[in-house]
Amino acid sequence: MEIIAVFAPLVGFLLAFLFGKNMGDKGAQLVTCVGILIAAFASCYLFSTVVLGAGHAGEQGVLHAAEAYVVTLMNWISSGAMVVDWSLRIDALSVVMMCVVTIVSSCVHIYSIGYMSHDANKARFMSYLSLFSFAMLMLVTSDNLVQLFFGWEGVGVASYLLIGFWNHKDSANAASIKAFLVNRVGDFGLALGIFAAFFVFGTVQFDELFALAAGSADTMMNFFGYELHAMTVICLLLFMGAMGKSAQLGLHTWLPDAMEGPTPVSALIHAATMVTAGVFLVARLSPMFEFAPIALMVVTIVGGLTAFVAATIGMTQFDIKRVIAYSTMSQLGYMFFALGVSAYGAAIFHLMTHAFFKALLFLGAGSVIHAMSDEQDMRKMGGIWRKIPTTYALMWIGSLALAGMPFFAGYYSKDMILESAFADHTWFGNFAFWMGIAAALMTAFYSARLLFMTFHGKARASKKVMDHIHESPFVMLLPLFVLAAGSLFAGYVFYEKFVGHHQIWNGSIFVLPDNDTVTAAHHVPLWVKKLPIVMGALGLFLGWVFYAKYVGLPEKFTKMFRPLHGLFFNKWFFDEFYHKTMVAPASFMGRLFFKTDKNVVDGLGPDGMAKSSLGLAGMLSRFQSGYVFQYAFVMMLGLIGIITWYFFKMDLGAVAPNIEVPTMEMRGGEIQDTIMPVDGTTEAFE
Amino acid sequence: MENISILSLLTFLPLIGVLFILLIRGDEARVALNSKRVALYITSFNFLLSLFMLLRFDGSSADFQFVESVEWLPALGLQYKMGIDGISLYFVLLSTFLMPICILASWNSIKNRVREYMIAFLVLQTFMIGTFCALDAVLFYIFFEGVLIPMFIIIGVWGGKRRVYSAFKFFLYTLLGSVLMLLALLVLYLEVGSSDMETLMANPVARGMQMWLWLAFFASFAVKMPMWPVHTWLPDAHVEAPTAGSVILAGVLLKMGGYGFLRFSLPMFPEATEFFAPMVFWLSVIAIIYTSLVALVQEDMKKLIAYSSVAHMGFVTLGIFTATTQGIEGGIFQMISHGVISAALFLCVGVVYDRLHTREISRYGGLVKNMPKYATVFMVLMLGSVGLPGTSGFVGEFLALMGAFQVNTVIAVFATTGVVLGAAYMLALYRRVIFGEQKNVDAAAMKDLTKLEYSYFVPLVALVIWLGVQPSVVMDKISPSVEKLIGQYEAGINKSEQTETAEPIMLEVIEEGLNNE
Repeated sequence: MEIIAVFAPLVGFLLAFLFGKNMGDKGAQLVTCVGILIAAFASCYLFSTVVLGAGHAGEQGVLHAAEAYVVTLMNWISSGAMVVDWSLRIDALSVVMMCVVTIVSSCVHIYSIGYMSHDANKARFMSYLSLFSFAMLMLVTSDNLVQLFFGWEGVGVASYLLIGFWNHKDSANAASIKAFLVNRVGDFGLALGIFAAFFVFGTVQFDELFALAAGSADTMMNFFGYELHAMTVICLLLFMGAMGKSAQLGLHTWLPDAMEGPTPVSALIHAATMVTAGVFLVARLSPMFEFAPIALMVVTIVGGLTAFVAATIGMTQFDIKRVIAYSTMSQLGYMFFALGVSAYGAAIFHLMTHAFFKALLFLGAGSVIHAMSDEQDMRKMGGIWRKIPTTYALMWIGSLALAGMPFFAGYYSKDMILESAFADHTWFGNFAFWMGIAAALMTAFYSARLLFMTFHGKARASKKVMDHIHESPFVMLLPLFVLAAGSLFAGYVFYEKFVGHHQIWNGSIFVLPDNDTVTAAHHVPLWVKKLPIVMGALGLFLGWVFYAKYVGLPEKFTKMFRPLHGLFFNKWFFDEFYHKTMVAPASFMGRLFFKTDKNVVDGLGPDGMAKSSLGLAGMLSRFQSGYVFQYAFVMMLGLIGIITWYFFKMDLGAVAPNIEVPTMEMRGGEIQDTIMPVDGTTEAFE
Repeated sequence: MENISILSLLTFLPLIGVLFILLIRGDEARVALNSKRVALYITSFNFLLSLFMLLRFDGSSADFQFVESVEWLPALGLQYKMGIDGISLYFVLLSTFLMPICILASWNSIKNRVREYMIAFLVLQTFMIGTFCALDAVLFYIFFEGVLIPMFIIIGVWGGKRRVYSAFKFFLYTLLGSVLMLLALLVLYLEVGSSDMETLMANPVARGMQMWLWLAFFASFAVKMPMWPVHTWLPDAHVEAPTAGSVILAGVLLKMGGYGFLRFSLPMFPEATEFFAPMVFWLSVIAIIYTSLVALVQEDMKKLIAYSSVAHMGFVTLGIFTATTQGIEGGIFQMISHGVISAALFLCVGVVYDRLHTREISRYGGLVKNMPKYATVFMVLMLGSVGLPGTSGFVGEFLALMGAFQVNTVIAVFATTGVVLGAAYMLALYRRVIFGEQKNVDAAAMKDLTKLEYSYFVPLVALVIWLGVQPSVVMDKISPSVEKLIGQYEAGINKSEQTETAEPIMLEVIEEGLNNE
């Protein structure tokens, strides 16, 4: 069953990619949609057997950890102690992720039939979507760090292909390369994290790593010449990868640009699934992060800052997709600080609800863009809600869920995160809590802003566009209904199972007893529980005041807070900063080195030698002068040369073993000492 | 297997092909066609023969297999000795696999002196296979240097505009290293009293001598690799060489340096290797970063890929000199993978060069519209070069870096930046050639891959993916030999440590003796 779930999309991809020309667009759409639907049903089946089966057992007080299992397909890489298999790890965490991925992906596949109906390369588009789904499933079901890396880079490539899908557009090409490269910067950290994990623990298998993690509290390693806590180094390096993929502050600049891709791509990859891979990574490695408190602190702070900064930018953007993109980034920040305060269940809960309502928002936005003849600027929209009422209603559902209004899905998960952060009772937990509260206000504000600017007020589009506005076809609306149902009910239905009293995790998430903030979150003061709702309602109200009631107000505010608005509007100048500090120097250095090759290396080397040998020949001819004293002088020089060489040789032979070798040994000895464990985990190091 | 000398057969079969080609008579067109045919048949047969060898190869053994040994110059104690182990096995296969592809790639693009061209390639193949099979140091040297001659001719005769400059640069650089290696070989022969490579491995010379010999061999292998800063011959050689010449140059010739390190430097001079390893690490890191940055600003497709080769070879030297299992296996796998990927990338350049006769990146653009098959092939190869997991490029790079991390984290961190830079220049190249608007009318009118071109790209692409998904098939046969190599290397180092610790004891004994007197 798990093999079907993971490989059905791959089959769909291969068929559509290799034989897309032969089977036609219809055929390609059919095989890819069937492939992903099979995967979705298989995943749901696994959910009902593996996850819910365990949950029932839990209620009776009998927990069977054996529900988690690993299917080994074949050996992949084996090099000495580094043994990696292609394998599928099936436990509560991976099955939840599989369900989220396949359900959203199915919706997007079907939606794309309608959305891409005017495109010339339908088969290629559908096949890339399936390729992405396959890579994502390989990521979430991996049983070791290296296969996770495979899925990780695989979704990166699919994302690269899909962002640049309209490859005649220069902006799309630039955005796709930027996405790939910024992600590679994160992957640089992830790869180093894997190397470090192997270096310290001698394995990349999850089970073995997790078993060794508990005993690693005193393990130190030498990294970059410093003696550091090994688990902290490993987790921070791995987290760097998560930051890249999940667009956390610092490595986030690719996400808004990724909106150059077709909208279904933004919904699937850049909202619901791929960007949450980082969240999944930290949750999956919770048995390791739990023993790296400093790493958790960093995760919390980065998450809190991202939630806040992204929300500030989201309030000022005019491109409807970019607003939602910044909102995604902000929500990912929430998930990360939930992880940071050890509320892994809450993070995955928000990941799931967010997948539904954010995919709904993106696909709804796509429906609007489709209706408005590919217009994305909200300043050119307005007054269209009567013309596309279904889309309008669905967008409201998505926005209310995002704003965390009671009984919508986002309400349960976001509140849980904020309460957990408060219940952590650390300074960074508190910091994240207040960042999150501020972000909640802004989230509701920009959601209302988006709704009122897009659908209400005066129509600002040209007459031709306005006349053309139409509700989307059924094939596009059907997936929206599925996602809307998720946005409405997923929170209420799964609350108990994800973060309540009957949790399904069954060992797939590990929390130290002292860090159990999810349980503590049920006992926070009343004002903490109510504050997010108040903020959400206030934000929506302000949005209404600014963008529906007094339409001139935003302009006055912008003038009043010009520097601040400038900062937000220009996205805190991250792009400019990176261009000046990284991109420009790299190309300058490239040119410089290229010149060095030409002038210095070749100049001293072959070209120079050719020149100087000509000169030397001339000089040598002058030597043959016939004067005996000159010959004698040269002989003397030669003799001195030979004697010097002999002395030097003896020096090297005699001195080198005594001086140089001990230093080498000392270094080797240091490394060995540092990885020697203090307690009973010695086997791992042999 | 004793009665079939399969390695000699593999090595000298191409020379028999040369004889056939020399016997061809008729007008020029006829000679050309028949020469091509003979070359294709011979190299294809040789490839099948090497597959047969692969089947008969015992992957669980670390010993040299198919060993042949004949007295050659008994007065000097020289012998003709051939044999392969897990380390050389796949280099032989790489040499036989790429050669028919080279002949096919030259089928229509070489118009003048076809007979001589084919002869040059067949001779080249003899020398290449011989290099990887030779088990006698002098024999190795002859094959190793022999490669220079046909390659020099290929670049100098069938090359581009500046072919003579490039050919001489290539020749001078490699010759300089070779002279030093020849000297070192003579010294080694005089010290140990044998040129048998197995004997040499078993009897390392004294530490001080190791240093000098190591440096002399290093000079030769580093140029072949090529390592920074002796890499500047490579971009020029590639740019001027005909497509098939570039394929062999990148696919096989660059691997000879790495093979030399594995065969000579590590087992024969273990203490010197340990002593100089940090220097090699830094040279590798500089190579990775420096050449990646240079590749970033190239305007010539071939030059870009040539510089990327230097960067990729940086991972190889880095991995080999870590002397860890992962590092060495990663280095070997990286060489095999690079042999396939870079060869295929040069073929990709050849495809558009044959149509438009320029390698300037800006003359192309938007090729995905008129050449979709080409775009797909190029895409897979580009991703392989970038080191995407699931392609062969990932495995070697990842293992080599993993090995480096175990030895020195600073080096590993700097080297891993190459993963980002490598993606930068390859994606930029792909974008400018394949994507974007179709600005040039002549580029937009180019035809997609022909059947002939398709026939050699399909196996290459399949190999890139297959080696990426199931590298263990290849690695299983490598690892016993690598374990043995590491054993030899560590034994060499430990022995010296023992003698060092022994020295003070000896001194004490002598002192005691003196006191007693």
